[in-house]
Amino acid sequence: MNCAALAFDNVSRNFGETRAVRQVSLEIPAGQFVALVGASGSGKSTLLKTVNRLVEPDDGCVRVGGEDVSGLNLPTLRRRIGYVFQSIGLFPHMTVAANIAIGPRLAGERLDEGRIAELLALVELDNAMGNRMPEALSGGQRQRVGVARALAGTPEILLMDEPFGALDPVTRDALGARVLRLHRQLGLTTVMVTHDMAEALLLADRVLVMQTGKIVADEKPAALVAGAGGDAAQALVAVPRHQALRLKELGG
Amino acid sequence: MNGLWAALTGLGDQLAAHVLLSAAAIATGIAVALPLAVWAGRSPRIAHVALGFASLVQTIPSLALLALFFPILLSLRSVFGDGVPTLGFLPALLALSLYALLPILRNAVTAQANLDPGVMEAADGIGMNLRQRLWLVEAPLAAPYIMAGIRTAAVWTIGAATLATTIGQKSLGDPIFAGLQTQNWVLVLAGCIASAALALAADTLLGLIERGFRERRRGLWLAGLVLVLMGVGAALLPLTGSDEEGDRIVIGAKSFSEQYILARLIGQRLEEEGFTVEYRDALGSAVAHSAAASGAVDVYVDYTGTIWANQMKRNDTLSRDAMYAAIEEWEADNTGLILLGRLGFENAYGLAVRREFAASENLATIADLAALAPRLTIGGDPEFFERPEWIAVRDAYGLRFREQRNFSPTFMYNALASGEADVIGAYTSDGRIEADDLAILADPQGAFPNYDAVVLLSAAAGRNAALVEALQPLIGAIDVAAMREANYSVDREEGKLSFEEAARRLAARSAP
Repeated sequence: MNCAALAFDNVSRNFGETRAVRQVSLEIPAGQFVALVGASGSGKSTLLKTVNRLVEPDDGCVRVGGEDVSGLNLPTLRRRIGYVFQSIGLFPHMTVAANIAIGPRLAGERLDEGRIAELLALVELDNAMGNRMPEALSGGQRQRVGVARALAGTPEILLMDEPFGALDPVTRDALGARVLRLHRQLGLTTVMVTHDMAEALLLADRVLVMQTGKIVADEKPAALVAGAGGDAAQALVAVPRHQALRLKELGG
Repeated sequence: MNGLWAALTGLGDQLAAHVLLSAAAIATGIAVALPLAVWAGRSPRIAHVALGFASLVQTIPSLALLALFFPILLSLRSVFGDGVPTLGFLPALLALSLYALLPILRNAVTAQANLDPGVMEAADGIGMNLRQRLWLVEAPLAAPYIMAGIRTAAVWTIGAATLATTIGQKSLGDPIFAGLQTQNWVLVLAGCIASAALALAADTLLGLIERGFRERRRGLWLAGLVLVLMGVGAALLPLTGSDEEGDRIVIGAKSFSEQYILARLIGQRLEEEGFTVEYRDALGSAVAHSAAASGAVDVYVDYTGTIWANQMKRNDTLSRDAMYAAIEEWEADNTGLILLGRLGFENAYGLAVRREFAASENLATIADLAALAPRLTIGGDPEFFERPEWIAVRDAYGLRFREQRNFSPTFMYNALASGEADVIGAYTSDGRIEADDLAILADPQGAFPNYDAVVLLSAAAGRNAALVEALQPLIGAIDVAAMREANYSVDREEGKLSFEEAARRLAARSAP
């Protein structure tokens, strides 16, 4: 593949004295599902936000489809990229359908009922949900709407910042699996930030581990489970591995 | 109760004027506060400065804020010409708008600052520009809080608008100030009830809009909005009818009973001759003079000594006729005001004591008082001790009192009766001098200047021959006994007359 869907070239970003992202260079080919894993404050969210310029890098450049994002019109760039927020961020004064349709609406396009039904179906929500207000939905249902909203503009790239962080484990598992199917079905390039290594290993094609602003490991999930990636990565892998062993012991 | 009901039903004009003034002030407040709040939301420094300014305005007593716009607008005339109104609606509107600013601005800024950051991040992340974020997200989410601020502003503004009476704007303050002056509590109560009811009604309707925004029920806020607009629209109706009468004569009155009565006396005289008249009551002494000079008031009664000391800044004493001539010349040179003539009585400042006290202490003149003064308390109206006349008298006789206290003119006489004051700075035409059995101490040195009541006309009114002709019979027609009786008829506790009735009786008594 000669042209990466997403590329970081020597990207750095400081917040005052804190060096949140330090000279990160990275290429993500089209169609890949990448998990960005690290502890709180490791810089993973900051790196993700440089893609749609919610954060501007101090140095280096980010390319989407070969184009430097700093040269692109901001609203246009953001409409090309679906974004799922940790805080979900549904507009509380709009119905579910209006929330889903907001991105295209900004571009002057009206989503018809059929398309909204289709998007609701993608995230396995009943068509009748469209008329509800967000406050009438459960947390899992809200994030499903958040995913549908991110997909409404038929983006090439889907960015997810701790997308399942606020959900209960059962909902989390089901929605993770659903998002993975959508990723394949729609041919997306997906970057998901998470602090949960198990989630990363189970969903992603490629796992990046960040520590103090740098990428310290870049491996396939199977390689990480087999012990690759260095100390920091293995410390994160040790948690679910240990849990799995304990569960096995409990089962006798 | 019948009296209260009659007083309330007679307030239609005042209510309409009050509604229009308050609505215009709140609308202006909203029009300034909302763009400012948006700007403040983008720049913490602007937020700091804007909120600081609005809070500072709030610390100025509303009465003072209203009065301050008179000199401000007067000075603006040098830039924009004499068309700038200095009294009435415009200064009241400006002052009340400033007052309405703070609650709206503060709620709008706070609402913006407290918007869910997750929702704001989503708005940006989805690709909204600043304008789209403002209209699609920030405005609808902040609307209920802004509405709550507008409710607060409305209640404050409707309350403070009663004070607009003092700068010559008709409002529900008219009955309150007139009633306070004469201890006519029914009138005071009627004004308070009407303005409180108006405030409650506005609060309820705006609350309906707020609830509509909060619960996202379009029907509810639309209904509230329509009702508010209908209320303001109804207040506009009487205004459109009266616009045709271009040449109404505006009669000014300062804030005491005699002035109210004389204004009605002049008004009734003019109405008999076919003029349409309008009253601007409860004006401050300096405001009344400037109002006539600016043409906002056509005719009012002033006193020679007041003009002498306050406007001309003179503290020497001339003979009565020389003083009148000097004032006439000074007004012609400086303000264009015309002295039509003396009404025939004097309302001088004089030092009054209880008659029995004067007898027991052997007091006849102010000179006799000087020796006793260190044991006595003197009472005066709030202006009295600042006035050059008092300072002249004090220095001429070497008066040093144990204590000096301020009272409103009405309560000053009560203070003398109850012994809270031993001497008061009284008005010589006051009806209570005889009613309360008081003695005015003689002024052998002539330190108090002459206070002949004179009719003053604005330059424009002076050119109106029919008007001058109509007022001519009043000149020299009122003696001090008639004036005292008229004053007492509205000031007394029992069987008070209205100003109109007192003026009618005074006219009948003074008729040639």
